[in-house]
Amino acid sequence: MNAQTITSTTTHYPTAPTAEKPETHTLSVLVDNEPGVLARVIGLFSGRGYNIESLTVSETEHAKHLSLITIVTTGTPMVIEQIKNQLDRLVPVHRVVDMTMAGAAIERELAMVKVRGTGENRVEALRLADAFRARVIDATNQSFVFEITGKSDKIEQFVALMLPLGLVEVSRTGIAAIMRGPEAM
Amino acid sequence: MSKDMTGAEMVIEALADQGVKHLFGYPGGAVLPIYDALFQQDKVRHVLVRHEQGAVHAAEGYARSTGKVGCVLVTSGPGATNAVTGLTDALMDSIPIVCITGQVPTHLIGNDAFQEADTVGITRPCTKHNYLVKNIADLPRALHEAFHIAASGRPGPVVIDIPKDVQFARGAYAKPTEFPHRGYRPKVKGDADKIKAAVELMARARRPVLYTGGGVINSGKAASQKLRELARLTGFPVTSTLMGLGAFPSADPQWLGMLGMHGTLEANMTMHDCDVMVCIGARFDDRITGRLDAFSPGSKKIHIDIDPSSINKNVKVDIPIVGDCATVLEDMLTVWRASGAKTDKKALGDWWKQIDKWRARKSLAYRPSNEVIKPQYAIERLYALTRDKDVYITTEVGQHQMWAAQLYGFQEPNRWMTSGGLGTMGYGLPASVGVQLAHPKSLVIDIAGEASVQMTMQELSTAVQYRLPIKIFILNNKYMGMVRQWQELLHGGRYAESYSEALPDFVKLAEAMHATGIRCEKPGDLDHAIKEMIGIDRPVLFDCVVDPKENCFPMIPSGRAHNEMILGDAAEKLDEAIGEEGKVLV
Repeated sequence: MNAQTITSTTTHYPTAPTAEKPETHTLSVLVDNEPGVLARVIGLFSGRGYNIESLTVSETEHAKHLSLITIVTTGTPMVIEQIKNQLDRLVPVHRVVDMTMAGAAIERELAMVKVRGTGENRVEALRLADAFRARVIDATNQSFVFEITGKSDKIEQFVALMLPLGLVEVSRTGIAAIMRGPEAM
Repeated sequence: MSKDMTGAEMVIEALADQGVKHLFGYPGGAVLPIYDALFQQDKVRHVLVRHEQGAVHAAEGYARSTGKVGCVLVTSGPGATNAVTGLTDALMDSIPIVCITGQVPTHLIGNDAFQEADTVGITRPCTKHNYLVKNIADLPRALHEAFHIAASGRPGPVVIDIPKDVQFARGAYAKPTEFPHRGYRPKVKGDADKIKAAVELMARARRPVLYTGGGVINSGKAASQKLRELARLTGFPVTSTLMGLGAFPSADPQWLGMLGMHGTLEANMTMHDCDVMVCIGARFDDRITGRLDAFSPGSKKIHIDIDPSSINKNVKVDIPIVGDCATVLEDMLTVWRASGAKTDKKALGDWWKQIDKWRARKSLAYRPSNEVIKPQYAIERLYALTRDKDVYITTEVGQHQMWAAQLYGFQEPNRWMTSGGLGTMGYGLPASVGVQLAHPKSLVIDIAGEASVQMTMQELSTAVQYRLPIKIFILNNKYMGMVRQWQELLHGGRYAESYSEALPDFVKLAEAMHATGIRCEKPGDLDHAIKEMIGIDRPVLFDCVVDPKENCFPMIPSGRAHNEMILGDAAEKLDEAIGEEGKVLV
């Protein structure tokens, strides 16, 4: 013991900084469509403790083997900035665009909603589907499958309304996003 | 022009074309074709290590001391998993490594075949990039790209996993120049307006500091040169992280010593009280910043880094400059000179007076002894007796590493190899093997602890086999010293498992491994013993028995700020050197 003063702390890591308010952002990530690229992106999120709220991925330019990954994530502005920079650092990533920051982006999601019921509930489900412009894509005499497209909150609302009417299950694509206007991302 | 050859031959051809002279590796079933190709050529020399972790650390030492890419060749399964620690170490410290791993034949991948592991899956988070090459046509591109990716931008390790059937397959090989990468383009040049703004801010500074890191070393010798020019031009004080030691000469009066958890009082107080901080190739790591909300509260911060994700990660900065250190520093110097910027001489003079008061506390002082070798004394003597030589230092991890960083003076870059980010015990011995191979005529010393050194001890055999006269200087305090220090300070002196029980007799061990062993237990014998060690042209294991109770000070207990340091009892007592507020805290 050869110190002048001993100050005790319980950890040797700095405490977490007081958090700024978390925000939700939609990121469009253009990547080489090569094996493992999605694992790199997802691994980055899990490894660094970021959230994924929604993830959509598909090859969008077949000739160039480019895929577009759309990720909805939440974090403080500093964390969102980190996520973008960390994504950009991955070798197969070509571009990262923050659709939320860029402003004029359109976001859409598709859901298929299965509802089971008879009598008044069945009629009510069909009526609401019509109001939400959901299409019937499958029907039996005791069930419907509706297809609905729109913003996530519209889908949430529709699903909530279907719940007391005999909601069985929901399958959602996650968000796809694109910029308004004539320019590419 | 392309040549027809097997995948295994392509590997060797590509290494040779990339200028690789030495390859560290360990053979096994899934890389035998490559070893067969190695056997039939003499362009690339293979160095057989004793464990794959050692191969990667050796390659790191090689890379760090030369500025070139270090190369590793290991087999599938356990070969690859053993390399993971080294790869993670290289990732954390931004060391350029290309690691080739064998893999089971393509048709067996996913079948739980013998010595199969999901190498790309396992190494994805611990490499800058990795490849599984399933088709011989993709192999030349992967090999050349790997070197480009490893060495450019923020350097890092790249793994190429090659199934055995691809090593046997024949295909067309092409030279490196034909492979521009489609998407990967690191930004090298900093934005001109940001550099201009930075220069203006620096010229107005009253209490400036240059805070430099491993990025300056990675950027090449030119970056260190530019840093020295900038320091001379501005008269600003310079401090550095553990990884950046040597970029600025420790003999220079503007040098404050290392900063951070075990940095000097003057370096940390300067960081805390400065009004303009210029961070060059460092990343505001938690060992540097201490408590984040109390980190240099009054300063404007400029951050130069080639990796955009380093900027605003831990600390918000005012002027971020993304670019290579050497390039940005050169532009900065040009702008400074062109604009005729002048510093505030009076303010700077006052600032230096304040810094000198902190220096007067002698925060690195310790109580000397005639009975027992103080570890600090051992480092000081080692430095005094080797400073005039062409010397390279590696370390393991722990107290000895911090004492080496504090007390061994580095005047040039690439002379200091240590595991900073990952803190890998067992790094130093294999790293010194790599360094010695790259610099056969130089004096290479691994400053070690008796606990760390036992983690990769077996590489002493490698040194013996290749006649690499490395010197392993063990500060033997019979404890995992840093663990013991934390237990003393934070866990009520309950030394759980930190005593080095059943230590080997290092002298006999050295002899059994065909190296030379030296033991020294008295301060009076130390100089002679060190001179003896330097004089021996073979590997030496030096067992320097030191005070087991000595702690490493100064120290910022984590979760504390820079001005809340603990000083050793030999430091000058509280006086005018420190303000009223500081007195309460120190």
